[in-house]
Amino acid sequence: MAELAKRAAATESAPSHFPYAAGGLLTVEHLSLEDVGGILRDTSKLEQMKIAERVALLASRTIALLFYESSTRTRTSFELAAKSLGATTTLVSDKSSSIEKGESLKDTGLTLRALGAEAIVLRHPSSGAPFLLARTTGLPVLNAGDGMHQHPTQALLDLRTMLARLPGLSVDSAIHAKTLTGITVVITGDIRHSRVARSNAMLLPRLGARVILCGPPELLPEEALGIGDVEIERDFDRALRQANVAMMLRIQKERLAGTTLDLGQYIARYQLSSERYGQVAQPGTVVMHPGPIIRGLEITGEMADASHSTIEEQVAQGLAVRRAVLVRALGVQV
Amino acid sequence: MSGLLIRNGRVVDPANGVDELRDVLLREARVAGIEKPGSFAELRDVEVVDAKGCIVAPGFIDVHVHLREPGQGHKETIASGTAAAAAGGFTTVVAMPNTTPVNDSVEVLQWMLSPDRNAAIRVLAMPAATIGSAGEVQTDFAALATEGAVGFTDDGKPILDPSIMRAALLKAAKLGLPISQHAEDPRFSHGAIMNHGTVAFRLGLRGYPAVAESSIVERDIALVREIAASHPDLKPHLHVQHVSTGAALQAIRRAKADGLRVTCEAAPHHFTLTDEAVGDYNTNAKMNPPLRAEEDRRALIEAILDGTVDCIATDHAPHASWEKEVEFDRAPNGITGLETALGLALRVLHRQHGLTVQRVVALMSTQPAQLIGLSDRGTLRVGAEADIVVFDPTAEWNFEASHSRSKSKNTPFDGAEMLGRVRATICSGRIVYRARSVAS
Repeated sequence: MAELAKRAAATESAPSHFPYAAGGLLTVEHLSLEDVGGILRDTSKLEQMKIAERVALLASRTIALLFYESSTRTRTSFELAAKSLGATTTLVSDKSSSIEKGESLKDTGLTLRALGAEAIVLRHPSSGAPFLLARTTGLPVLNAGDGMHQHPTQALLDLRTMLARLPGLSVDSAIHAKTLTGITVVITGDIRHSRVARSNAMLLPRLGARVILCGPPELLPEEALGIGDVEIERDFDRALRQANVAMMLRIQKERLAGTTLDLGQYIARYQLSSERYGQVAQPGTVVMHPGPIIRGLEITGEMADASHSTIEEQVAQGLAVRRAVLVRALGVQV
Repeated sequence: MSGLLIRNGRVVDPANGVDELRDVLLREARVAGIEKPGSFAELRDVEVVDAKGCIVAPGFIDVHVHLREPGQGHKETIASGTAAAAAGGFTTVVAMPNTTPVNDSVEVLQWMLSPDRNAAIRVLAMPAATIGSAGEVQTDFAALATEGAVGFTDDGKPILDPSIMRAALLKAAKLGLPISQHAEDPRFSHGAIMNHGTVAFRLGLRGYPAVAESSIVERDIALVREIAASHPDLKPHLHVQHVSTGAALQAIRRAKADGLRVTCEAAPHHFTLTDEAVGDYNTNAKMNPPLRAEEDRRALIEAILDGTVDCIATDHAPHASWEKEVEFDRAPNGITGLETALGLALRVLHRQHGLTVQRVVALMSTQPAQLIGLSDRGTLRVGAEADIVVFDPTAEWNFEASHSRSKSKNTPFDGAEMLGRVRATICSGRIVYRARSVAS
């Protein structure tokens, strides 16, 4: 493991040479801490703004939502966020468009651009697809989840949720390399297939948080150390004991190709239940889940509905953060 | 003019142990004389190429290229691919059979090798080992060999069934030809998109583990060992294509030490780049086998230095830009390589790792010629085919994909630093490529 960690350190992400459009959000790796702070400041300002003022911000601007994968939370919150800013939105999904006829991502992007889209929100099952769309259209592209790679707005909304919930911090706390010093975030479950895990694990250590990844080798291979400044702990109780934040992930059955996993055993070892929480976790440990949750698998229903669970708050934060990200994409000052 | 005189160059001809300043006289498509500078000064009926400051070597031979014809002329034609080869200093290339239709018959083979294809240099071919490269029914090796096949391969796919592979090795051995194996067990690499490891994890791409390659190499070596033991009169020849992992190289090293006829090739991209080059999903860094980790790259260079690797082969695999301008997991495998092979070999192997220029020439000409049984090429002995490359080993330049003679520009080396530049390429006594700055 030491060898892998060393290699991970030596394989820091290569700097991107392509000049992607300003305002795009392809990966959290492209965000500086100043960018993160700016987005969170804008989020607060937009929240406090009068509705009439807010709805004028993106009036007569056009944003396309391009979805190649199903989504409830992300699609709806991006759409509602855009509409609450007065933007015109259009939704294109793979099931009701020329994508079904074989039109390429590039050509679909060029079509949307020709129709006046000034930014594209993309969800796609292929890791890296937003980079292709950004390169070929020159538009700011907002990554709303690409394969197993990234979901940057989820990391931002999770961060804001943590700031809101953790003692001594608030959504208006300054963002710097020590904002989350002393905070341990345990991300448990299907790390292998999770773009949420990658996004959070790449962002939070830069703010000083300690990130522990937890799960069985099938879902959390040693190569996960390639993410960077993270640790692996296989024993859930040992990890949970240290957690200020326990982030639970869904088992992505649709991406399990080839791996065999005994769900009964998984539940016994890794499910977060109220009993486990009560026996192991520190009082006040925040329980997060990006959704969709599968009650009774990675988390019990009772736990999901408990007061220290932030699942619904995360959804609300998603709407708020996505407003700020959209405003930034279109170059509008708040 | 009834001849060509290459003057004032340093002749590097590993086949004959030559590394001296020499003038080379070519007549009637043959090497007519190699003498001390000035020896042919009185000749008036020859065209002169001044090779001052350059190395004059037997033309390069690439045992692994995809020329895409028949059937995929939008990617490359035999004419355009061989023009790129000539610009890279190659005088002979071996075309792989994954064309449309697959080169699995005498008809397709004859079509590929026909002068009507307007090849700039010599084209040879390795037809498919099985019909349609489907891995089931062996092609007619004897008939294909009569028509010029220099080996058999299902390249792009492995010959997976061990009984089919054994039969192919046995039959090819009787004809004195190699089986060239794309070593990949798809049961390990199913759905894989790049090298397995930390980079793939970070990018959220499914990884292709090293064992997918080494397990097939180890199995094939066991088959060679068994055939050699049971048929003392035969020397089965396994050639392992584009080796990319330390584990496979170790297996090949042991097989060679045991006296088995097992050869292998290294691709310039595998000794130059690692999986980090995938960067932000650059489909021009996607090929099969994939770019590996740094330890595998180091192992490959080590195997080149210690002689485990027999030749440099480019696996030149052109694809149209629209085919590569797609999601990373949907992009076809392969990159072009003919015009960057020398510049990378000299930069990485010679300058960075101390491999001599003589050894680079041996890996790009002498040894690939021996590998496919070409006695008249890869050598500058008097009487050999007049296939020659003239290159400046100290020229530093940057490759520009837009200047490529290939029909396709899918290379990760656009803008990359090169060491050593081809000044002229001569095939069968004819100048088939000449850099503008060469005086004559």
